Amino acid sequence: MNNQRREMVDGASAIARGALDAGCNYFAGYPITPASGILSHMLRELPKVGGIGFQGEDEISSLGHCIGAAMAGATVFTATSGPGLSLYSENLGLAIMMEVPIVIAISQRLGPSTGAATASAQGDIQFMRWGTTGGYPMIVLSPTNISESYHLTKRAFKLAKRFRTPVFLASDKDTVMTTESVSVDAMKHAPDWPEIPNGIIKKALDPYRVDGPIHHYTGSSHNDDGHITKDPDIIATLNEQLRMKIESNLDELSLVKSDLEAGADTLMVSYGVSARSMDAAVNKIRNAGNKVSSMTIYSLWPIPEKTIQDCLTGIKRVIVPEMNHGQYLREIERLVNRDIELIGVNRVDTILITPEEIIGAYHGR
Amino acid sequence: MADKILDTFIAEENLPYAFCPGCSHGKILEALSDSLKQQGLDPSEVVIVTDIGCVGLSDKYFVTHAFHGLHGRAITYASGIKMQNPDLKVVVLIGDGGCGIGGHHLLNAARLNTDINVLVFNNFNFGMTGGQHSVTTPLDSITATTTLGSTDAPMDIAGTAQVNGGGFIARATAFDKDLPELIQKAMNHDGFSLIDTWELCTAYFVPRNDFGRKEMMEYMDSMQMTSGVLQETDRPSFQTSYKNIQKQASEQSPMSGLVLDTKFSSNLEKPIRIILAGAAGQKVVSAGNLLASAATLSGLWTSRRADFPITIQTGFSVAEIVISPEPVDYSGIVKPDIVAIIAQEGKAKISRLTNAMESTGTIYHSEDLGDIDSEANIIPLVFPDEGKRDMKKNISAFTVAFLTKELNIFPFEALKEATRQIQKPKIAEINMGVFAYFE
Repeated sequence: MNNQRREMVDGASAIARGALDAGCNYFAGYPITPASGILSHMLRELPKVGGIGFQGEDEISSLGHCIGAAMAGATVFTATSGPGLSLYSENLGLAIMMEVPIVIAISQRLGPSTGAATASAQGDIQFMRWGTTGGYPMIVLSPTNISESYHLTKRAFKLAKRFRTPVFLASDKDTVMTTESVSVDAMKHAPDWPEIPNGIIKKALDPYRVDGPIHHYTGSSHNDDGHITKDPDIIATLNEQLRMKIESNLDELSLVKSDLEAGADTLMVSYGVSARSMDAAVNKIRNAGNKVSSMTIYSLWPIPEKTIQDCLTGIKRVIVPEMNHGQYLREIERLVNRDIELIGVNRVDTILITPEEIIGAYHGR
Repeated sequence: MADKILDTFIAEENLPYAFCPGCSHGKILEALSDSLKQQGLDPSEVVIVTDIGCVGLSDKYFVTHAFHGLHGRAITYASGIKMQNPDLKVVVLIGDGGCGIGGHHLLNAARLNTDINVLVFNNFNFGMTGGQHSVTTPLDSITATTTLGSTDAPMDIAGTAQVNGGGFIARATAFDKDLPELIQKAMNHDGFSLIDTWELCTAYFVPRNDFGRKEMMEYMDSMQMTSGVLQETDRPSFQTSYKNIQKQASEQSPMSGLVLDTKFSSNLEKPIRIILAGAAGQKVVSAGNLLASAATLSGLWTSRRADFPITIQTGFSVAEIVISPEPVDYSGIVKPDIVAIIAQEGKAKISRLTNAMESTGTIYHSEDLGDIDSEANIIPLVFPDEGKRDMKKNISAFTVAFLTKELNIFPFEALKEATRQIQKPKIAEINMGVFAYFE
């Protein structure tokens, strides 16, 4: 029995509260299950604090409005699901090129296409990474529960500002639409995660303002004045900076929860809602007297490569539960040597992966 | 207003224009520059948002702020800028191509009456990509993609903005001497403004169709698409209306979590997975919340998932509740411990789960639901006789009261306390009436 104070919170509320507490003052989005709860909360809450909550005529418009508002100084946020992410694609590229801080919550549902609107999935993990032209690195955070949804949303805003780039918060139907009891303390205090430094990696976004310096911002390859250029040297420098500002800061961006057991030769790696099934499986495996290590990845992209590799000592096999056909498994495959056996536990049938399936994989069933 | 009025808003160091000889784009840009000068604006008060196409080259010719984004989306960026900083004057430079691909944004900005100023460079074809037909290409015209003549009815851009309620709508040509004054009028209008400015693409449309200035004016007449101000309304702009929304909203309190203090205790030793399965309108999800809240008030941890069709008030309604002495990790249910079925819709929806249940599980059910195919113990829901009258309307409340008594996970008082704390007073009163039958 535990006498702490508890809150009943759903994921959509936790994400909205995280955004508001992070100083978000502009939201534009378009209704889509299972992300509509976030839209409703933001449109109701923002005008109360003098901010703006706007429902665009479609997802393209919504992200366009966010980008415009950000360039005029707003702290912006939007939320959608897979089909909406498809429509975000072109503006995602613009936000990368124009270096616009923007947080995008993706509540994943089962695809492809309209798929199953009210069912969880993790099928857009690679889509978030490669969702626009050019192949530039993306920052993607993924919570497994309500309090992490709140804290990772806040963290996403810090990262978006610091790196001047879009940051995804990758959740799913179950995380966003399930109501859970959470301790008030867990909502108040972030887990023991390294702080994000306050500075800006390059230079801070200086918004358009009356009497401010004149700014030309463009989505085309440009020089420092924001004018289109075809100069290969200038273009190379610009594009290299867009890549390196993220790739040279992997340590800072890596965020995982490692639960390593001495002598275990099996490592389980998971994320999002599936990591909860993994945690349940790990408990049962250990209670039965067997050894197992596990790792929950919060920073899906860029991949915390070094952190994962550091956990591979003595590991003979890696089990990756995820609600897709093995999208993260293929990344792990890149990082491990060939002697390590890789096992995916996958489901794409609307049903959450069960702890028993993961235990079955552990026992080679 | 500027401290010092500029002679021109054109960045002369970037001239000459990159436009083709005879192209009218430069004329419109100069009319805009003259208009900004007449208005006595400071360059930092103006953001020029350019679309894609030849017109998209224009931002570098201005000493104002500028934004160059994606094809057809200029209006969305401009609206976002204006919403965030209403002190800025936001001007969109867009072609007939942009009005086609971004038509949805155009008509919605007009409908919302967003206070931005759209200047359309309408030259009847896509210049930058080689003279393909656009939404405004006149019938029978020759373009790179209508080599035998266009068969499509042209879109009336100004007319579209007009019927969708745009505050200030005009049609003009690049040759109009009073274009700067017209732009000034449009920019001073509080609300959406659009000037559909007709002009010549000397690279493609003019030579392919013998379409010079004279022919363009004749075409205007033949289409009865007159130039001048077409609409001027005093409908409030989005910006004005939203200020009013903010004012009303500022009196409401911000969202917060529903905090429940532990007041009761429980002897539950391991997680229990419960499903309530009924029909829309039976308040099944609300009953699930009551169970979860009562358990939380008793120091337990809970998760509550809901499953229902996209439409409301029809079909099944299912609540899945996990109650646990430890925080809930896996919140799914494939083999429930306890099921309560109170309608055929719910029974059908969860048949996969009831089929999977073993003799360790229990299914409670309302009468008249027929056979249930399961290894689980199957027990009818029996409610106190004196409650019969209220039963149909409040079956979910009866069911949670029954389950609370039957399962003994937490005290009955916890259910009543949950009702008082989480439900609207009117609903709570009804439910408390139901619970009284069980005491």
